[in-house]
Amino acid sequence: MSKFDLSRRSLLQSSAAGLAVLSTTGLSRLAHAGNLTVGIVYVGPRDDFGWNQAHAVAAASLKDVPGVTVVEEESVPETIAVQKSMESMINLDGAGLIFATSFGYYKPFVLDLAAKYPDVEFRHAAPLWTEADPKNAGSYFGYLDQAHYVDGVAAGLSTKSNKLGFVAAKPIGTVLRNINSFLIGARKVNPDATVQVIFTGEWSMPVREAEAANALVDAGCDVLTCHVDGPKVVIETAENRGIKCCGHNASQAPLAPKGFITGAEYKWATIYKMFANDVAEGQALPNFTGGGFDVDFVQNTPYGAGASEAAIAAADAARADVKAGKPIFTGPINKQDGSVLLSAGQSLDNYEPSLDQTDYLIEGVTGSIT
Amino acid sequence: MNDEAGLATVLLAMFAGAIRVSTPFLFVSLGETLTEKSGRINLGLEGTLVFGAMSGYAISYHTGSPWFGVLVAGLGGTVFGAIHGYLCKLPRVNDIAIGIALMLFGTGIAFFFGKAYIQPQAPRLPSISFGFWAENPSVRQALEINPLFLIGLFLAIFLWWGLKNTRWGLVVRTTGDSAPAALALGIDVDRVRLLSTMAGGFFAGVGGSFLSLYYPGSWTEGLSSGQGLMAVALVIFARWNPLYCFAAALLFGAAGALGPALQSIGISRGYHFFNAAPYIMTLLIMIASVSPKRSLKGAPGELSITK
Repeated sequence: MSKFDLSRRSLLQSSAAGLAVLSTTGLSRLAHAGNLTVGIVYVGPRDDFGWNQAHAVAAASLKDVPGVTVVEEESVPETIAVQKSMESMINLDGAGLIFATSFGYYKPFVLDLAAKYPDVEFRHAAPLWTEADPKNAGSYFGYLDQAHYVDGVAAGLSTKSNKLGFVAAKPIGTVLRNINSFLIGARKVNPDATVQVIFTGEWSMPVREAEAANALVDAGCDVLTCHVDGPKVVIETAENRGIKCCGHNASQAPLAPKGFITGAEYKWATIYKMFANDVAEGQALPNFTGGGFDVDFVQNTPYGAGASEAAIAAADAARADVKAGKPIFTGPINKQDGSVLLSAGQSLDNYEPSLDQTDYLIEGVTGSIT
Repeated sequence: MNDEAGLATVLLAMFAGAIRVSTPFLFVSLGETLTEKSGRINLGLEGTLVFGAMSGYAISYHTGSPWFGVLVAGLGGTVFGAIHGYLCKLPRVNDIAIGIALMLFGTGIAFFFGKAYIQPQAPRLPSISFGFWAENPSVRQALEINPLFLIGLFLAIFLWWGLKNTRWGLVVRTTGDSAPAALALGIDVDRVRLLSTMAGGFFAGVGGSFLSLYYPGSWTEGLSSGQGLMAVALVIFARWNPLYCFAAALLFGAAGALGPALQSIGISRGYHFFNAAPYIMTLLIMIASVSPKRSLKGAPGELSITK
């Protein structure tokens, strides 16, 4: 392994999303390539069929990389507990690279530790890093709305009632963006499609998620999808009620052998392996990495029994378009209140920063964010 | 959707929700009623509920028989009840403190052993279709009733009748109202309380298995989200009367369905408020029914909170 080969290829690779800012420090501990210990902290159980599982699957693939040891800790709350977990990974296991996978880990815990251990690299799974933060910290994330858009295309061709249901946790930017993209996808192939959303108010609240799913089915929805931490309950409820569903975060295909269409999944493995390779080559890790289909950071679950031939063809075409950089948000699109988001002919790039701050639902979505 | 159809949808959803969601509340509150009637408070039932959910799911997965899972969940609950009942008879031991300890113990041990059962899918409890006559699929779905719900209903009636009219009912009530009187009658107070707590634990365990084996129907760590604690509070709200427990459990189930149901017909402003409906309702009823001039009607005299 060539430690000092600062190749242009890997520089380009790490800035693939066009968002990467390279750090210039923090190489000392990482430079000992071949003996990297990676510490990963999860906020919930590793096998929750959701957010944590998506990370755990990637962590498992990292174990195949020669010279990399992975230490994991699950169900670590977003409190001082995560600081202790990360610190013990550094001091006891000799971790040189830490992945903090939950939103609330960043401030102040990751920031504090990054300042305290300048030799250790910290990467956090949400777009929170700014120039003012320590250079050995950073952010990585996938634009899952691209995959939800493809889900929407498949769902739009799968519905008979033209009503799609969406069980959402909280009305924050990423969730609203996923809902909007899902509808845009459905409308692309089925202009009559509407999306009805129910917010549960919590990231994980199984009984209320089941109630919400049932309420959507009773309201006439015949395709369900969701954005909650563990989609298991929503998918199982959809399957029990005999309707179709699209997954979220990780693969839920085994939970719905009859009605599963496809799902929006993260592919953290791409990022994790990229980081591990950078380290092996003695490269500095990017502080800011993000992307979608174009850099293989997100994916769709393999089609299930619920996907028709037409849905598969349309979804594959939509994915190819997004991968090629064709914008998802193309006018005319109105916001829910009737104001114009994009008029005909206008469009927003898939990485347009204003989409990160989505605070509206678009016309065609039933449901309120307040 | 016009207003009338919307109202009908919400009412139907609340009715369906009442039946779907109420069963764990019902079992835990019935168990707690029996325990409290004997003079002890077992706050550990939240832990018992979670452990019941985990063990029921695990056993159903391994044996393929969900009913066997229900039984094992109940027996696990009995063991927790026995620990509580035994520890509390030791001198100068506080039953509330033991309850809290057991709640943490139960959840902890359930999470520990439950790790392996988050992924697998276990066979679930069947339901009985009472809605075969209905045209409307939503009505038919609402009338898919789990046998455990019916068992809970009969159990409520049986406990209500039994506490009033049988010898063991009298023994339990005497123990709960005045330990000295019970002693004078030659009743073994500690044993009555031990057995009542064990029975209460059994019911709570069964309630937990309903969560993982029927609705929502899978084992995850966030499954209970405090339902066991709410059910304990519900006992006070139901004035230690098993029939009221049944009504209160239904009411809590219906109130829990209100938020999602309103959103499903497009009334989605303030969903946080509607999601909080069960808690707001409890507060209002407590406030309306409490008087500073007398102790709660029906409260067992030996309870450490009323003594």
